Amino acid sequence: MAKADFETPELHEYVDVPAVTEGTMAHLSPFVAKPDHNTDLNFPPQLVEDWHARALDKLDDLRSRYRGLQVYLDSCVKCGSCTDKCHYFLGTKDPKNMPVGRQDLLRKVYRRYFTFAGKYFPKLVGAEDLTRDTLDEWYSYYHQCSQCRRCSVFCPYGIDTAEISMAAREILDSIGYGQKYCNEIIAKLNKIGNNLGLPGPALQDTLEGLEEDVEDDTGVAVKYPLDQKGADILLVTPSADFFAEPHVDGLIGYGKVFHEAGVSWTLSSYASEAANFGMFIGSYENMRRVSLRIRKAALDLGVKRIVFGECGHAWRVAYSFLNTLAGPFDFLDPDYPVPQHILEFTWDQIQKGNLKFDKSANDDKVLTFHDSCNVARATRMGNKPGGQFEIPRNVIKAVCNNYVDMHHETIGERTFCCGGGGGLLTDDLMEIRVKGALPRMTALRNAMEEEGVTHMAAICAICKSQFTKVLPYYGMDMDQIVSVHQLVSDAIILTGQDDDEDGEESENEGEA
Amino acid sequence: MAIEIDGKSFETDEEGYLVNLNEWIPAVAEAMAKEDDLALTDEHWDIINFLREYYEEYQIAPAVRVLTKAVGKKMGKEKGNSKYLYALFPYGPGKQACRFAGLPKPTGCI
Repeated sequence: MAKADFETPELHEYVDVPAVTEGTMAHLSPFVAKPDHNTDLNFPPQLVEDWHARALDKLDDLRSRYRGLQVYLDSCVKCGSCTDKCHYFLGTKDPKNMPVGRQDLLRKVYRRYFTFAGKYFPKLVGAEDLTRDTLDEWYSYYHQCSQCRRCSVFCPYGIDTAEISMAAREILDSIGYGQKYCNEIIAKLNKIGNNLGLPGPALQDTLEGLEEDVEDDTGVAVKYPLDQKGADILLVTPSADFFAEPHVDGLIGYGKVFHEAGVSWTLSSYASEAANFGMFIGSYENMRRVSLRIRKAALDLGVKRIVFGECGHAWRVAYSFLNTLAGPFDFLDPDYPVPQHILEFTWDQIQKGNLKFDKSANDDKVLTFHDSCNVARATRMGNKPGGQFEIPRNVIKAVCNNYVDMHHETIGERTFCCGGGGGLLTDDLMEIRVKGALPRMTALRNAMEEEGVTHMAAICAICKSQFTKVLPYYGMDMDQIVSVHQLVSDAIILTGQDDDEDGEESENEGEA
Repeated sequence: MAIEIDGKSFETDEEGYLVNLNEWIPAVAEAMAKEDDLALTDEHWDIINFLREYYEEYQIAPAVRVLTKAVGKKMGKEKGNSKYLYALFPYGPGKQACRFAGLPKPTGCI
């Protein structure tokens, strides 16, 4: 396998705004989707011959369907406010990774074909022809945007670069020029039920393994049920929670919380995925198709509630779009949020006094929290503004004695993306992932040096995988990233739990 | 792309994974490891063989925890963790070891 050849940026006390250097990332493009993945998503198998006309038709279609897109394309006044706000620009110096530079790649074509000035005086208004090179440039730079929307926080007009990048990807897909990582995964989900391609029997085997582990550890038979009809709660969680670390430690935590709360719950093998990459590729149709699986699973299993696990963009889709994509959910219990986040569930149980913790179980750590972009800027938790920032921190503080925030300009609604969101979490984009992680890595290392932070908790499968991979590039350890519910899991005291844990462990060691 | 072994060609995809799983022979793993500057030891082979057996049964690579547990049972508890697996396969047991074993690349948010 060819290894990516690039230099990891050095960490300094502050992330300096770099001097602009043209074209530093022009070489980077992800692998192109295979024909069968495209056709499964109802896209042409490969680049169509009449791509020029079809791309413009699609742009026209999208700007009429999405009023916001039209406004974003029209309203930029080049004030410069966004220029130093994107982690990918800060890490790469490439001006096309400035939000305005990225937007202009589509805007210049929009102006050329859809505005009066652009049609007749293109040079005066920065309008340019759509050429084959434009497509490649779109393909490259719209796959260097994690759609994290940090720039939109600082834009006086609220221009949302994510919407533009989604639209550009939708145009590329519509002419058969889609990205392998996203399209292969959506095709897999349509076929098997999750991004991993984890079939029901493997899922069952994995969950049974977790039940054994938890019982070995605690002496309590916590269940991780699959396809249990009549359960009250359907848990929809990213399939990485079944597969990867530290994700699975979070899943173990959800199960313990449900167990102690005394509710009946189940996972579904049909909808064994919270993630919805349909959003990343800007495809309403694919986003809807993925969402409808959750509806069908909820109906088939007869559940009363839907709870989402720790997944950033899934919570955006769930919180903001699920009802219009796959609703109405009038068959669910109206006394609970539809859908609910696992952190809302856990926080509610903590407030009711239903969960007991030994916070000292996490005394080997000093925690900080990485706000995931989609949760921070596109959703809410609880019933107050800012609940999406408060509730995760409240839960961490309820189970850990040592917590500090990172620098205030890097958290909350100003949080920096992990660098791997929006369909970029693939090895062929490792260079942009590593470079884009620079601001977050800087803030983390400062918190480590100034506040003694040892671990960073996150509530997004992509963030967790991304940090696992990029932390070592910056001289830190991969296991410094943890799931929030992993902390809950380690501190929770289950009813009837073995007190004599040490004895239990030494006994096992004796066997081994 | 392809790997050449004794005059026979094994097609791989752009990420270096074997295209046709049924073609896999141990020499494929050896060749891939060599490209990654790794020499395969018995410890590596234990993992590769387990991956292949698991895949045969479940049509997917095992979850990291399933793998570490199996390793722990077979080779001692101190080895049943991902640190040990990463020491063997620096690019990650899920991706590098799967590639050596001829399995498709695990996809998703991992």
